[in-house]
Amino acid sequence: MSYPVEQNEKFASYANPERLVSTEWLAAALADGAIADGKLVVVESDEDVLLYETGHIPGAVKIDWHTDLNDEVTRDYVDGAAFATLAASKGISRDSTVVIYGDKSNWWAAYALWVFTLFGHDDVRLLDGGRDKWIAEGRELTTDVPTPAPGEYPEVERNDAPIRAFKDDVLAHLGNPLIDVRSPEEYTGQRTHMPAYPEEGALRGGHIPTAASIPWARAAAEDGTYRNREELEALYLGEAGLKAGDDVVAYCRIGERSSHTWFALKYLLGFDTVRNYDGSWTEWGNAVRVPIVKGAERGSVPAAFASN
Amino acid sequence: MRKLEEMSTNTLPAALAEIVDDFQALTEPDRLQLLLEFSRGLPELPERLKDHPELLEQVVECQSPLFLTIESEKNTEVPNGPRAYRLYFKAPQEAPTTRGFAGVLHEGLDGLTAQEILAVPDDMPELLGLTRAITPLRMRGMTAMLGRIKRKVSAASRLEH
Repeated sequence: MSYPVEQNEKFASYANPERLVSTEWLAAALADGAIADGKLVVVESDEDVLLYETGHIPGAVKIDWHTDLNDEVTRDYVDGAAFATLAASKGISRDSTVVIYGDKSNWWAAYALWVFTLFGHDDVRLLDGGRDKWIAEGRELTTDVPTPAPGEYPEVERNDAPIRAFKDDVLAHLGNPLIDVRSPEEYTGQRTHMPAYPEEGALRGGHIPTAASIPWARAAAEDGTYRNREELEALYLGEAGLKAGDDVVAYCRIGERSSHTWFALKYLLGFDTVRNYDGSWTEWGNAVRVPIVKGAERGSVPAAFASN
Repeated sequence: MRKLEEMSTNTLPAALAEIVDDFQALTEPDRLQLLLEFSRGLPELPERLKDHPELLEQVVECQSPLFLTIESEKNTEVPNGPRAYRLYFKAPQEAPTTRGFAGVLHEGLDGLTAQEILAVPDDMPELLGLTRAITPLRMRGMTAMLGRIKRKVSAASRLEH
């Protein structure tokens, strides 16, 4: 049974207001005992595997992107059986309302939300502003780790196609809108990795032909919340030139920053078809014979790859 | 995970060898918990360094901002012996993994001689048994931290007489 959706002016302007909750709303829900009676499951998902342990929202459980959501051997996500086991162990049932939050303006939280969506989890929401906003507002934290009653989660086959693009999908997509959410230096090819993330690089620098450069953080305000609808439209419809009904693919380096953008396009602006290319630059920049454009210009699709 | 036998532990200073043993004796979740304790145990910078961030060097390979420096001082245990090296680290509270690694290196190497520090194998971080729980990027960050310490100690020790 779903927990009631938050109503406020900012969220109401978004295409899917039910996908976000504010820190005030969550604090009130906690005070209401929503976690205690199992209606709501709060999940923290951070980049730093130990951050949750230093203090988290009371009652929140931890899901780690690396050890919980990624397959240990293949570069892929866990399968339906592993996801069911994970969810149940965190007290999540198929009909639970799940609210996810995390560090760095919800990079990893948005990534976790995207993985939940691959499994078709119906009611999964993001805490607008994430961990940093909750802390900045002086709200309660605890180091007590909850031991939730196991949830009931069926083995669901992951449905990648609607929201996940693979390299071949992107090749077939060339000519349609792409959003590159990496830093400008990565986009132009000056760098083959993020400023603070050396080594997770690629053999070639640049971007996928015609991709618009909209670094992910531009969708976030100073306090880590999503910008309002008008600002997001100026960014993606104005600057990037997307049009209503476009089929869009977003990418970054490994798919985590682009999950943040995917969320904005899909749920806040309401694009029906938005896929996250999680292979991203660590695949494209290392792949043989895929077209790349260097420099600040979007470039064009080479004739040999122009399929439509 | 690499086993102790595969890498010579003879070259690990006693304190560091003990830390490695402690990690290896634990299950993975407990290893992470121990790393968290090291993150809490990392000492604050002394006042004179706090006010002078320019005296610290950033290890850019770390995913979170990590700054470190070394200083040498007279050996208090062996008169006229080789100088003792002190290690100083600065990392934000919200980067517990990075702090934890710094804490391990501090407890394992602080106050040792250049010879002892330089003998630590470059891939020592792999001995902690965290390579599955922690992303390769972070493991590289820790290796880079150790490498930076060794480079600085090596440079400073050339000035010793």
